[in-house]
Amino acid sequence: MSYDGGNYDVIVIGAGHAGCEAALAAARMGCNTLMITINLDMVAFMPCNPSIGGPAKGHVVREIDALGGEMGRNIDKTFIQLRMLNTGKGPAVHALRAQADKFLYQHAMKETMEKTPNLTLRQGMVETLIVEDGRCAGVVTKTGTSYHSKTVILTTGTYLRGKVIMGELTYESGPNNQQPSVRLAENLRELGFDLVRFKTGTPPRVHRDTIDFTKTEIQPGDDKPKFFSFETKSSQNEQLPCWLTYTSEVTHQIINDNLHRAPMFTGIIEGTGPRYCPSIEDKVVRFSDKSKHQIFLEPEGKNTSEYYVQGLSTSLPEDVQLAILRSIPGMEKVEMMRNGYAIEYDAMVPTQLWPSLETKRLPGLFTAGQINGTSGYEEAAGQGVMAGINAARKVQDKEPIVLDRSQGYIGVLIDDLVTKGTNEPYRLLTSRAEYRLLLRHDNADLRLTPIGYDIGLIPQQRYDIFSEKKERVDQEVKRLQETKVKPVEVNSILEGMQSASIVDGSNLLTLMRRPELDYSFVDAVSPSPVELDEEMKEQVGIQIKYAGYIEKQLQHVERLQKMEKKKIPDDIDYTDIHGLAIEAKQKLTKIRPISIGQASRISGVTPADVSILLVYLEHYNRVTAAKG
Amino acid sequence: MNDIMLSDTIAAVSTALGEGGIAIIRVSGPEAISQVAPLFRSRIPLIEVESHTVHYGHIVSPGDGENIEEVLVTVMKAPRSFTTEDVVEISAHGGVISVRRVMDLLLQQDIRLAEPGEFTKRAFLNGRIDLSQAEAVIDLIRSKSDRAFSIALKQVSGSLSQRIHALRHSLIETLAHIEVNIDYPEHDVESLTSEFIKTKSREGMDGINKLLKTANEGKILREGITTAIIGRPNVGKSSLLNALARDNKAIVTDIPGTTRDVIEEYVTINNIPLKLLDTAGIRETMDVVEKIGVERSRAAFSEADLILLVLNANEPLHEDELALMEQISGRQVLVIMNKMDLPSKLDQEVLLRYFESTNIVPMSVIEEEGLDKLEDAISTLFFGGKLESGDLTYVSNVRHIALLKKAYQSLQDAYEAADLLVPIDMIQIDVRLAWEQLGEIVGDTAADSLLDQIFSQFCLGK
Repeated sequence: MSYDGGNYDVIVIGAGHAGCEAALAAARMGCNTLMITINLDMVAFMPCNPSIGGPAKGHVVREIDALGGEMGRNIDKTFIQLRMLNTGKGPAVHALRAQADKFLYQHAMKETMEKTPNLTLRQGMVETLIVEDGRCAGVVTKTGTSYHSKTVILTTGTYLRGKVIMGELTYESGPNNQQPSVRLAENLRELGFDLVRFKTGTPPRVHRDTIDFTKTEIQPGDDKPKFFSFETKSSQNEQLPCWLTYTSEVTHQIINDNLHRAPMFTGIIEGTGPRYCPSIEDKVVRFSDKSKHQIFLEPEGKNTSEYYVQGLSTSLPEDVQLAILRSIPGMEKVEMMRNGYAIEYDAMVPTQLWPSLETKRLPGLFTAGQINGTSGYEEAAGQGVMAGINAARKVQDKEPIVLDRSQGYIGVLIDDLVTKGTNEPYRLLTSRAEYRLLLRHDNADLRLTPIGYDIGLIPQQRYDIFSEKKERVDQEVKRLQETKVKPVEVNSILEGMQSASIVDGSNLLTLMRRPELDYSFVDAVSPSPVELDEEMKEQVGIQIKYAGYIEKQLQHVERLQKMEKKKIPDDIDYTDIHGLAIEAKQKLTKIRPISIGQASRISGVTPADVSILLVYLEHYNRVTAAKG
Repeated sequence: MNDIMLSDTIAAVSTALGEGGIAIIRVSGPEAISQVAPLFRSRIPLIEVESHTVHYGHIVSPGDGENIEEVLVTVMKAPRSFTTEDVVEISAHGGVISVRRVMDLLLQQDIRLAEPGEFTKRAFLNGRIDLSQAEAVIDLIRSKSDRAFSIALKQVSGSLSQRIHALRHSLIETLAHIEVNIDYPEHDVESLTSEFIKTKSREGMDGINKLLKTANEGKILREGITTAIIGRPNVGKSSLLNALARDNKAIVTDIPGTTRDVIEEYVTINNIPLKLLDTAGIRETMDVVEKIGVERSRAAFSEADLILLVLNANEPLHEDELALMEQISGRQVLVIMNKMDLPSKLDQEVLLRYFESTNIVPMSVIEEEGLDKLEDAISTLFFGGKLESGDLTYVSNVRHIALLKKAYQSLQDAYEAADLLVPIDMIQIDVRLAWEQLGEIVGDTAADSLLDQIFSQFCLGK
């Protein structure tokens, strides 16, 4: 028996990090939104490490926040540690990383969602998609309820045909023994989608009171932490430290002795795992010359004794896991509370998506997060916010928002996925970004908040604050350029700051380029007439000091954007283009790039092919124009 | 459609090069005038001249002010030019060396070598060429690209590519090290010091310098082993040339920006590039034995790295041939005993006084017999190190030289930045640029290989 569950603009399937952002974005943009999840107690659950951020990932959180998403605000409410990493390096790679209280994180997110207008939360297992007139028009759940909608966003994480593997044991399961989603995976195949099998894993959790912390090194948070959200100005959260220890030679011996029981090596695991997140058995085998590996012990929350053992992801049998744990200094008597495991799951081949994250095969269906072959909460959330935005815009009959590679790590991530695909779970790294210097932690708002405002995710009040900040920074850079100083005015101050004296007059901007000077120099010589907070001063400093490098990258970006602006009509038949190499024809037909820029990034499409495509497009455009 | 893709500034030699002729180097793009200006010394600075005017002056090296070439420079401002962009045309005397030096200087500015057919492509995209010609433009791009590609592949085979790969490997290890420091700041890999980066940059610069030195020695992989086919009339020189060309897909290049003598043909035999000297003239001027005598012939083949002496086995040795053999003794010579299908009347004992038996190749060019033996003999000489005992890593192609110099500059920037204690993520930009520039030479710029390197070099993960 089926019954009608109602009509929505947007239905989001799944309530992980992608699903939450997607649902919130769509609802906040005014769409009547339904979020369906297998278990409402698992909203924004962190099935693996209790942390958010780090290089590239932390940047994504800032970008989500700058667009008006939730992850930044939510972790700022619920962190139990904040650390800025890479502070010894350039400002572009400064990266904020938080340890989360994973339970508070979930509760805070769920509360936000429950209070969001236009958003309905519903527990249920979606089994099939409703297809009407060649487009996705809703979903049907296991209980037989049909929900109709204009768009559907799939954010199924690792639940699709999930299979947990540990030693000789395998069973169908989602993460943390949740119910897997089997029928939906079949339905996607029936609808003609290409799915691949990926694998990931998680380490064991142990009881805090059975760890001897005296044998480990303390890893405290920052004294004066910075925050993810541009809205957060202060916090009363108490911080907890993490602890560092190492595997021992005994650990490696135990692993080597038990490789015949490791699913990684016995062939039980078929899915492709990520290289950047290998299991401990993989590390010991591949890097046999390393005598020890780092292990970080991370609290999972304030009100729990569970500790996450970072660095020890494994699918070895439970008894071996315990032996390994107890071979590590500080954990000789440790009690294991949950064992580690590997999980295999189905993921979409992401080249089946448009850069808007809508599927090419089934209009109205969007996918985001781990289902698209990525890994990581931040990568999932970044896609989630974009899928939510674009599903809402589709409902509103507006053009999709596509961030390019110079606008954000989110743009890099999605472009990589839909243009190149991935043959392992995809993780963002700063080295994937060509314009790393432009995609900084500090300027995420300058890059993206105007977009967030335009699409209706950033409220007026926040936008006004942003505009004021931008205005003051711009004015101050201008003022420093225009402020001429004479040697007599600055030389004693320069001397005091161990900086060389000047002989001729100069301006403050030129002097600020000196690596040894920071904004305190300006404060000493000629303080700003308007008040600048630390964030603004930092911004002024970065824009001045790294202007040369930034300028170089901006020139590249200008070229990139010209290529991106050359749109390719959707109805082009590549097989019909005389002169294109056969490989190029096949790849272009499969990917259907939206712009010349995207086409040029497809592997196997040569510069000559791009040239030919350009000539063809020019021909096409002129003929089309002539037809009027 | 003024919104031009790839609106950077490009240059190429737009005429075939020949001794004594005029060569025109064409520069097109928004920076054409401003980028050529620093290289051009004349009465009126180039940036101030009117459109469609011609100016006399000199191309000078911006570093030391050295006079490179006396030239006429024509400026055509957008949109009144072939490409509708700003165009500067430099008319030079056309000597191979001087044109190469001018191109060399241009490409060290913010100018890149034009892709095959690129001027025409721009002209078309900017509406300068009629719609009906779209297909012709596509054909031009396709054929030129394919040919350029096949040439490029052949060009970089062998030791040049090995050396570039070695340089790149060292750079990518450094890059992976930098990236791991950035992306895994808490990972226990050693932190990068500026000293480490300076050492690595210096090593790269030294390696590039060695390659650049070979470029200036005038011996050129691009041009191949200079090979002269000599012999009396009617012994089968032309047939041999044609057979080699046919068998090995002769490459007659008109790729802009590559140096090229007037009359020559390129072939590659077992991946060894040969420049068959003066081929158009061979039929006449190489018949020197009769026409102009042995003295003149020596001049003609004195520059050859390899001499192919063609004899007619069906005739006794001629006294001119004996004189010729006297002249070329001590050089790298392969003797081709042609017309072996006919009865032998040639005294091989005499030959063996001058040449080793392994260097005597019996053939019948007409019957196409023995061609493979000749090719083997050339390979044996080449790979045995007898042919060109010096460094075979020749770099000549202006594009290669320009890229090597740019890579050198990038590493120098990295070195200087490290010296100033600039943060590593910024130094990385220059190191990566050097890696990409070297990659362009060998046709490999895949960014993914950096990730592969990171994960194979370091043990990462949570």
